[in-house]
Amino acid sequence: MSELNGMNRPSKVRAPRVNDETKGFWDATGEGKLLVKHCNSCGENHFYPRSFCPFCFSDDTEYLETAGRGTIYTYSVMRRTKEPWAIAYVTLDEGPTMMTNLIDCDFDKLEIGQAVKVAFIDTGEGTAVPFFAPA
Amino acid sequence: MSIRGKAYIAGVYEHPLREATGKTVPQLHAEVAKGALEDAGLTKDDIDAYYCAGDVPGLGPLNQAEYMGLNVAQFDSTEVGGSSYVAHVNHAAQAIAMGHCKVALITLAGRPRADAKENYRTRPGGGPPADYAFEAPFRPVVTNMYGMAAMRHMHEYGTTSEQLAWVKVAASHHAQHNEHAMLRNVVTVEDVVNSPMISDPLHRLDCCVMSDGGGAVIVVAPEIAAQLKRPVVKVLGAGEAIKHLNGGKVDLTYSGARWSGPKAFEEAGVTPADIKYASIYDSFTITVVETLEDLGFCAKGEGGKFVADGNLISGVGKLPFNTDGGGLCNNHPTDRGGITKVIEAVRQLRGEAHPKVQVPNCDIALAHGTGGLLGSRMGSATLIMGGADA
Repeated sequence: MSELNGMNRPSKVRAPRVNDETKGFWDATGEGKLLVKHCNSCGENHFYPRSFCPFCFSDDTEYLETAGRGTIYTYSVMRRTKEPWAIAYVTLDEGPTMMTNLIDCDFDKLEIGQAVKVAFIDTGEGTAVPFFAPA
Repeated sequence: MSIRGKAYIAGVYEHPLREATGKTVPQLHAEVAKGALEDAGLTKDDIDAYYCAGDVPGLGPLNQAEYMGLNVAQFDSTEVGGSSYVAHVNHAAQAIAMGHCKVALITLAGRPRADAKENYRTRPGGGPPADYAFEAPFRPVVTNMYGMAAMRHMHEYGTTSEQLAWVKVAASHHAQHNEHAMLRNVVTVEDVVNSPMISDPLHRLDCCVMSDGGGAVIVVAPEIAAQLKRPVVKVLGAGEAIKHLNGGKVDLTYSGARWSGPKAFEEAGVTPADIKYASIYDSFTITVVETLEDLGFCAKGEGGKFVADGNLISGVGKLPFNTDGGGLCNNHPTDRGGITKVIEAVRQLRGEAHPKVQVPNCDIALAHGTGGLLGSRMGSATLIMGGADA
């Protein structure tokens, strides 16, 4: 995929507004780590991360580092624009499915079920946004 | 019938903080919810109704319901400032009295003092919803969010662009008779699949129009209805639901109609086979296909086959739909248009639809609204109506 590096890659990504509930997640992105939340009460992982487990409502949750790998659950390439982009949901190996954009790839060769890995793009403010690229 | 003695307040909780630094607004709502549940001796999964006002971030109750992982059959986000929550108790009691829900949660929370200290703009809603930072960078717009649902439906069930196109073709057959419709030309399946791709796999003609306009509905008591000269339509049953991303257990192949539909049919005492006409919210062709499956007009995954070959065209197919031309051809006022779904169903039940599209002996009709996004979180509402003798 090396020849595709840089393809469809946004040149600039705005820093997310970080709050106390999500600071752990965004701080980890700055170190190249993709986290999900794990519930110590029911054992489920969830995304996006929140203080309460959305499955059992326990507040005993903690961050879990993922391998940053998953498969494409679905995607859609926005064509009616000068610079198309591919929005997608990726199902992580750890369970949760998260929204992202697919980059460094040929949009016409994407497939549901395709293996992908996280490709962070730095915001310049100590955080990075988790995009995904073909694995 | 009144609410007197039909509902009880079982749990309350007042947040102890007076400056909530270190907490988010969705988190505060969840904390008070948890506190009230514990006071009542109930759990989250007992909740089947959620009431909130403008202090909840996002689109009505949708984003907060997702945050808390609620699966509710009733909701209300009436926003009238500080009176909201007292009104919500009334609305919840009415819903409980009518048997529409059993455990209603009402929350209020916010952090204007902490916001001011942290230089956040203080406003009702407390800033963006919790999901925002995890979605906005990826530019979810309406078309690509519905595109992702369509893509997955095609993947799982073999639904084709040609099948989706039939939804638009049927709408255009109806719109030709509506002098107010924005798009009155009859189109073919080829026209739809050859129209420019907007966001895979949705073409331009898979998308509804954008329009101004609007509508209104008057609902009255039986004794008022009996005095009126115009034909009246009887409300038979209703259901509502919120569907969301469920903490990352994402499934975009169904809509909230999966829950709102059965409730409406049960209350009305009818089945999909009894429906002579259906107004189905048609922001996109895929919206119709998934909704028809979820309402039980066909099996899950069979929606593509069901809509093909003119099955939705009045006088041709088994289920005449959107005989005003719907959102796909007629109008979609202020990018939501759900009220037009009720209006055309009323025309059909009154026998006042255009003669070319009027369903003969239309005695039972359905209207279904979808709000928000099929690709993330949505509100779904189903309404079943009949003629005065139904």
